[in-house]
Amino acid sequence: MMPVTHYIWLSLALFSIGVLGVLFRRNAIVIFMCIELMLNAVNLLMVAFSTYLQDAAGQIFVFFIMAVAAAEVAVGLAILIIMYRNTRTTDIDVLNRLKW
Amino acid sequence: MVIGNGLLVWIPLWPLLGFVVVALLVKRLSHAQVTWIACGSVALAFTLSVILAVGQFTGGAPIKQNLYTWIQSGNFSLEFSFAADPLTAVMLLIITGVGLLIHIYSVGYMHGDDGFNKFFAYLNLFIFFMLLLVLGSNYLVMFAGWEGVGLCSYLLIGFWFKHPSYNQAANKAFIMNRIGDLGLILGVMLIAINFGTLDMATVANKAAAMDTPTLTIITFLLFVGAMGKSAQIPLFTWLPDAMAGPTPVSALIHAATMVTAGIYMIARNNVLYSLSPVTMMLVVVVGLATSIFAASIAITQNDIKKVLAYSTVSQLGLMFVALGVGAFDAGIFHMGTHAFFKALLFLAAGSVIHSLHGEQDIRKMGGLKSSLKLTHATFLIGVLAISGIPPFAGFFSKDEILVAAFDYSPWIWAGALLASWMTVFYMFRLLFLVFYGEPRQGVTRITHLHDAPQTMAIPLIILAFFSVVAGFFNLPELLGGSPWLAHQLTPLFELASRLNPPAHTEGIEEYILMSVVLLGSISLIVIAHQRYVTRKNIPAKDGQIRGLAHEMSYQKYYVDELYETMVVRPLFWVSSTTNRWIEVGGINTMVNGIGEGVVGAGKLLRRVQTGSIGYYLFIMVGGILAILAAHYWTIVN
Repeated sequence: MMPVTHYIWLSLALFSIGVLGVLFRRNAIVIFMCIELMLNAVNLLMVAFSTYLQDAAGQIFVFFIMAVAAAEVAVGLAILIIMYRNTRTTDIDVLNRLKW
Repeated sequence: MVIGNGLLVWIPLWPLLGFVVVALLVKRLSHAQVTWIACGSVALAFTLSVILAVGQFTGGAPIKQNLYTWIQSGNFSLEFSFAADPLTAVMLLIITGVGLLIHIYSVGYMHGDDGFNKFFAYLNLFIFFMLLLVLGSNYLVMFAGWEGVGLCSYLLIGFWFKHPSYNQAANKAFIMNRIGDLGLILGVMLIAINFGTLDMATVANKAAAMDTPTLTIITFLLFVGAMGKSAQIPLFTWLPDAMAGPTPVSALIHAATMVTAGIYMIARNNVLYSLSPVTMMLVVVVGLATSIFAASIAITQNDIKKVLAYSTVSQLGLMFVALGVGAFDAGIFHMGTHAFFKALLFLAAGSVIHSLHGEQDIRKMGGLKSSLKLTHATFLIGVLAISGIPPFAGFFSKDEILVAAFDYSPWIWAGALLASWMTVFYMFRLLFLVFYGEPRQGVTRITHLHDAPQTMAIPLIILAFFSVVAGFFNLPELLGGSPWLAHQLTPLFELASRLNPPAHTEGIEEYILMSVVLLGSISLIVIAHQRYVTRKNIPAKDGQIRGLAHEMSYQKYYVDELYETMVVRPLFWVSSTTNRWIEVGGINTMVNGIGEGVVGAGKLLRRVQTGSIGYYLFIMVGGILAILAAHYWTIVN
């Protein structure tokens, strides 16, 4: 059986990729995907710990998170579509009028 | 029939109910309905007062009624309670009796005025507060009434509020009264501190054990209150200006009832006053000075109501003289007779003003004797009564004051005599100028002179009747009578008269005093007749040059101007200075400074909101990392 540390390292890597993607990419769809990546990194960690600790609670949580994430994706993509319709682009730097 | 304790509260309650009903439905009720409600409520109060007075005068014990505990704080407790004794009964009869007559008179006088309903609401409220003032068994209830009548006085002086000068007169009355009331409330506080109670009877019982300086301060402060309310030097200037109000108001509030509150209050506290001779002397001096001063102003005034107003101030001064020399019953007696004849004079003057469509200048009157027969007859009775011509009411009451003053000191007697002689002169001057001689322009311009309508005539006749007979309630023994009123009031002033035993001038001496007074009065009437009827002397027009003494008197000794420069202007100066440096310079700068600081900080900090999403995400991640780092750091340490 694989030691739990491997899972932790994998989650950490996925999460960091997500964070860096959010920070450095300008395409809203890519940022959105990076956010999903962070979410699933956490999910992976939860499942790993759940197995490691022989406790089903973690896996149940993951189901809930996936359900909520699916709903959130629907909302997020809807926003993106509206954004594209209005600006003909998905570059986040275009939407910068909400300021002082 | 003796009134039960429980009925006491109904005396002030009826006028209050009348006020509430009229005030709430002021726009809905017709004038006739208001007439019945307002007059009816006072009539009920009057009926109850008569029942109460009969009980009190036929030897009934003083009664007291506790309504509820008003204030309860530690050892100090204060009831909201009413009490009645013969002195209260006298006051109640005057307030509700004269009040009722003036209500009836007002129906005719205010006929057709837009504020008819409002006027009666105020009048009822005034009666309520006045009853509260005299019925209160402790100082705080009395004070509540005291403030209330001041409020009603203000409202009624400024009743015709569209005239700016009337509003100023109302303000003046209110502010001057406030000065006096400050003295009164301080006195009441001192009583509470020193006696531990505010119940009048308890305070009177404990007073003998109190040290004189404390009592002197207390009585002095109470007297300051009386100065304001009863228009004595130095707080008298509001009363003549108060004539801006409708004439029934002048009769009710500024002649018969409210201004006598000071007299009542001192008589009620006669024990305290008798124990502090210094204050008593001050009362005499102030009363006498006011009496002479006001009378000397009244001699040259040309406004019919102003003459009567100064006359009221002067008569109140005489009452204070009586109180100050220890003749409390004489003071109360004169207050009672004065209420009748001064109310009568005001109402008759009101009838004249009413017939002449608002003309008040006596230089424009004259010759009204034939056209206003009833008004003339009643006014004449009033003049005779106030001048102290026997057998009219004023003779007996004034004579008693003069005798008491003579016992005290011949100098005081001489001063009081001077004041009452001047009274004779200016009252007959007024009578002759208004009713005798040729009709002048104010009269001739009116084609149809009509005498008082019925609602105004009846009160005049009743008051005239009492101005004739009121003196017999207290006939001196010397003239074969028995001083009934004095006997009634004896138990109240028992302690006071034991402390200052009245040295009674009896027999031949009193006859001599009486004849001196009378001879002087009659010769003054003759002089006034010579001057104003035979020689048809009309007072000078405003621009004309007068003698120095005449000018001083006509200009009221420039007291108003003096107060203006000495008090009002400096006060305005202080106000504008503090406004500039403290209000605008200090407080405004500070408050605005805080506001501007916040706005400035906001201007700087809003630069943080760039609108760039990437930037926000950087800040967010940075923030999370900072929180994690801080967390890690705390765990490590």
